[in-house]
Amino acid sequence: MEELGKKAMAGDIRAASRLIRNIEDDIPETNRAIRHIFPYTGRAHVVGITGSPGAGKSTITDQLIYTMRQREKTVGVLAVDPTSPFTGGALLGDRIRMLRHAEDQGVFVRSLATRGSMGGLSRAVGDGIHVLDVMGKDIILVETVGVGQQEVDIINHAHTVIVVLVPGMGDEIQAIKAGLMEIADIFVINKADREGARKLYKETLNMLNSGNFPSGWRPPILMLESSLEPHSFAASVEKLCDKIDEHYRHMVEKNQLQERALRKVITEMNDALRSAILEPVLNELAATGEFDLMVKQLMAKETDPYSMAEEIAKKYMNK
Amino acid sequence: MADRKIRILLAKPGLDGHDRGARVLARTFRDAGFEVIYTGCHQTPEQIVGAAIQEDVDMVGLSCLSGAHRYLFPEVARQLKAQGADDITVVGGGIIPEQDMQDLYDAGLTALFTPGATLDSIVDWINENIKPRA
Repeated sequence: MEELGKKAMAGDIRAASRLIRNIEDDIPETNRAIRHIFPYTGRAHVVGITGSPGAGKSTITDQLIYTMRQREKTVGVLAVDPTSPFTGGALLGDRIRMLRHAEDQGVFVRSLATRGSMGGLSRAVGDGIHVLDVMGKDIILVETVGVGQQEVDIINHAHTVIVVLVPGMGDEIQAIKAGLMEIADIFVINKADREGARKLYKETLNMLNSGNFPSGWRPPILMLESSLEPHSFAASVEKLCDKIDEHYRHMVEKNQLQERALRKVITEMNDALRSAILEPVLNELAATGEFDLMVKQLMAKETDPYSMAEEIAKKYMNK
Repeated sequence: MADRKIRILLAKPGLDGHDRGARVLARTFRDAGFEVIYTGCHQTPEQIVGAAIQEDVDMVGLSCLSGAHRYLFPEVARQLKAQGADDITVVGGGIIPEQDMQDLYDAGLTALFTPGATLDSIVDWINENIKPRA
């Protein structure tokens, strides 16, 4: 396993994609490879792209890849799509928008399925970022699943978060709700040639005008017109790219990268504890059939989830 | 818990825009519990091989209805091999005349599905023959 880590660091694409696969599949020995690469992480600029389904995240990602390659940066992409809650299968279709980079050695695109994660990402995203980072990618773009109001896990992994909005998604109150609208470092209003774009712009602007920005960064709002007008679309994404760079410089100058890094580290620690402590217990309960038994008891209202959890906790925690 | 999932890349190489079949398969594979990377039409073998390697798939499914399978399918298999990735199984489907089949198998294709193949038979074949690579 360490071997995979070493090869990925040397830029071996097969090793890197295999390593990400092992992370996704939760192969226990993968920890050893992560241990090996972890000290070398933290070099890349991680950019999150989030927004509702069909907002245009993949199309924007594709154009961002193009623009960043023009600027001679290497790019890694993690694109997340949902896993079926019924069959465990998934249709990963983000890549279809990014085919023109398939032969570019400076671009590595990997599709991930959520596999039950609820925050808009896959559990493999955290370590997947580390792999792309040690492969030497300058920029790592993380495209979330199409999100609603609450799937904001991307904030724990990205230095710069782009929230993509489209016209026609609701009134002004939506703009001042907690959650998604709070996490943006940059707002993009996509499909801005459509009706309602000006209104959405004004609502977002009003929302920003009533906020304060302790970090010293006020999120800009960029309008992106139809990708069917390639020239104006490309020019808008150039501006988006400038803003991404500007935000990164701001974070560096104001010493704010550390805050984001801290969020990531805390998330990773929580995840690691969960998989070291909680998962073995859950696995054992499942293997012995105890879990099914407990579910039956709950269905029959013989007990409640809290009493049951307490009982299990007593059994496994020696105190 | 360790959970190996079968990952499949579905692609349509060459100049052929008839992707209904490929889409039906993508949906079917999703429902069978596989992870499907669907990359659509008009692709070069280079693009398909690059994607297959980056996505670490177990199988590449190629669909071609234009008659160019005699060149395109073997080319994908050849390039995978050249990249040291011939542990990825290549499977083809489409309008493939009987007399072309042996050449395709010789070129590295593992299975071919032609009109009339049922969705169930394809899923069963995958469950039997494709093991997530350890």
